[in-house]
Amino acid sequence: MSVPALEISDLRKTYRGGVEAISGISLQVREGEFFGLLGPNGAGKTTTIGVITSLVFKTSGTVRIFGIDIDRDFSAAKRLIGLVPQEMNFSIFEKVQDIVCQQAGYYGIPRRRAADRAEHYLCQLGLWEKRNVQARELSGGMKRRLMIARGLVHDPKLLILDEPTAGVDVELRRGMWEFLEDLNREGRTIILTTHYLEEAEQLCNRIGIIAGGRLISHTDKRELLKKLDRQTFILDLNGPVGEVEPFDANRFTIVDESTLEVTLSRDHSLNDLFAHLDRQGLIVASMRPKANRLEEIFVGMTQ
Amino acid sequence: MIGEQLISLASIARRETTRIFRIWVQTLVPPVVTATLYFLIFGTFIGSQLGDVHGYDYMSFIAPGLIMMSIITNSYTNAVSSFFSSKFQRNIEELLVSPTPDWVIVLGYVSGAMVRGLSVGVLVTAVGLGFSRIVPHNLFFILAFAVLTSFVFALAGLINGIFAKKFDDISIIPTFVITPLTYLGGVFYSISLLPDFWRVLSRANPIIYMIDGFRYGFLGVADIGVWTGLSMLLLIGTLLFAANLYLLSRGTGVRS
Ligand SMILES: Nc1ncnc2c1ncn2[C@@H]1O[C@H](COP(=O)(O)OP(=O)(O)OP(=O)(O)O)[C@@H](O)[C@H]1O
Ligand SMILES: [Mg+2]
Repeated sequence: MSVPALEISDLRKTYRGGVEAISGISLQVREGEFFGLLGPNGAGKTTTIGVITSLVFKTSGTVRIFGIDIDRDFSAAKRLIGLVPQEMNFSIFEKVQDIVCQQAGYYGIPRRRAADRAEHYLCQLGLWEKRNVQARELSGGMKRRLMIARGLVHDPKLLILDEPTAGVDVELRRGMWEFLEDLNREGRTIILTTHYLEEAEQLCNRIGIIAGGRLISHTDKRELLKKLDRQTFILDLNGPVGEVEPFDANRFTIVDESTLEVTLSRDHSLNDLFAHLDRQGLIVASMRPKANRLEEIFVGMTQ
Repeated sequence: MIGEQLISLASIARRETTRIFRIWVQTLVPPVVTATLYFLIFGTFIGSQLGDVHGYDYMSFIAPGLIMMSIITNSYTNAVSSFFSSKFQRNIEELLVSPTPDWVIVLGYVSGAMVRGLSVGVLVTAVGLGFSRIVPHNLFFILAFAVLTSFVFALAGLINGIFAKKFDDISIIPTFVITPLTYLGGVFYSISLLPDFWRVLSRANPIIYMIDGFRYGFLGVADIGVWTGLSMLLLIGTLLFAANLYLLSRGTGVRS
């Protein structure tokens, strides 16, 4: 078997000031994988990525990129990684094209080739028309795409994206997903953090979940989704409710006079639920999941 | 490997240079205006009432000092503000995640600062030529002192930029250290005219050596030996370069 694209063992990070952001994470990402790193705010995702990309000094543990130990030869490892950070980190006064070309230069790519690469990725990401515009004139979504183009310009084998679709509208998000899927299909290993399970579900083959600086799950996507055995729904009814009969063992909570909440386990179908309500003369006007499913997983796992 | 590092160095230097000429109204114009005022007030209005120094009229005597003063200030200011702005906008991370070694990062920012310092130096020289009849006496010393001084102050500015946490931190050292030392560094007077105590004390001010050596390049007269000055600049430059490398290797101000 080939060496893992990323291998982290017992990684720890305590920031100056004493915050322990990572408390012993070990994980592997295989070459060619599309890996999702999920976890609530403050879990330690960005810190982990920071260590891998040299922006954060680790306190202890080892990190290997395609077998290269970052303590031995960080520059060799850096050549293989492309980073799309969570927060904007380019100079807003520079031109879009310059930002991408310079980045290629920092990796030692000659100017002519840098310009070709920049053109290629700016076109692919729909930014070519904006190439001569100062970065501050880009919209939020364009800025994200600029950072993706910049992260790819040196053709890294491992692309790490820290919440690339935060604040990006639905249509654009789908476009980005397709773009990332294509990159992965071409053989690039991708690590992505996100708060949207839908995104991880759509893109990733394997998913790691961290919370409080620890890896609490590291599995195949399907395994993870199997754990999602219950879901809470909010039901808006046509008209007021008085009392509702429990549905098997599932109790209804009356939120207000025409709104119900119910948590269903996998073995109940929605049809049964509706039939049950129908028998009591209650009409459901609309229904929505209470929490994002990822939150339900977090809640389930941290309990 | 070294080829790649040179490409990286060129990329930083090009970016820095573009920045300087993009915001030329902030970077190149003010120093020229300031120097013109100095020439006008000290050289023309006041100088006309003063006698010769070292056998030169006062305007010619202060011209090299004023040029040097603008090289010093602008090299320093450019390094500190450009590096601080890279931290503030976080685009320093573009370099940190790349394989670019620390010495290239230092040289990249320093070369930008030197482009600014020396461009301003050339502009101020051009202004000076409109006021005085200075002619180069020894081009080697002119260039050597200009380039090394610019290098030293760019490195010093970079250290300031590495430590700076807020905008105020950019201007503290220039205001309270560099400007006073420059004024006391013999721009406006020859230290040989000072009383013993002040003359000896002045020798502790490194800027004295720079201005004195640079002036020698133009006038052919110096208060202190020019070779002493050059050796000193080389020594300070080496120490500051090492200090920058040390700070970056520890991640000071840029990595957590
Ligand atoms: N530079 C820093 N100095 C001190 N503490 C920090 C620093 N950066 C992050 N932390 C702390 O480390 C912990 C982990 O933060 P991190 O940014 O890695 O979380 P995250 O999983 O990326 O969260 P989010 O989903 O909100 O982006 C948090 O408690 C945070 O406050
Ligand atoms: Mg984060």
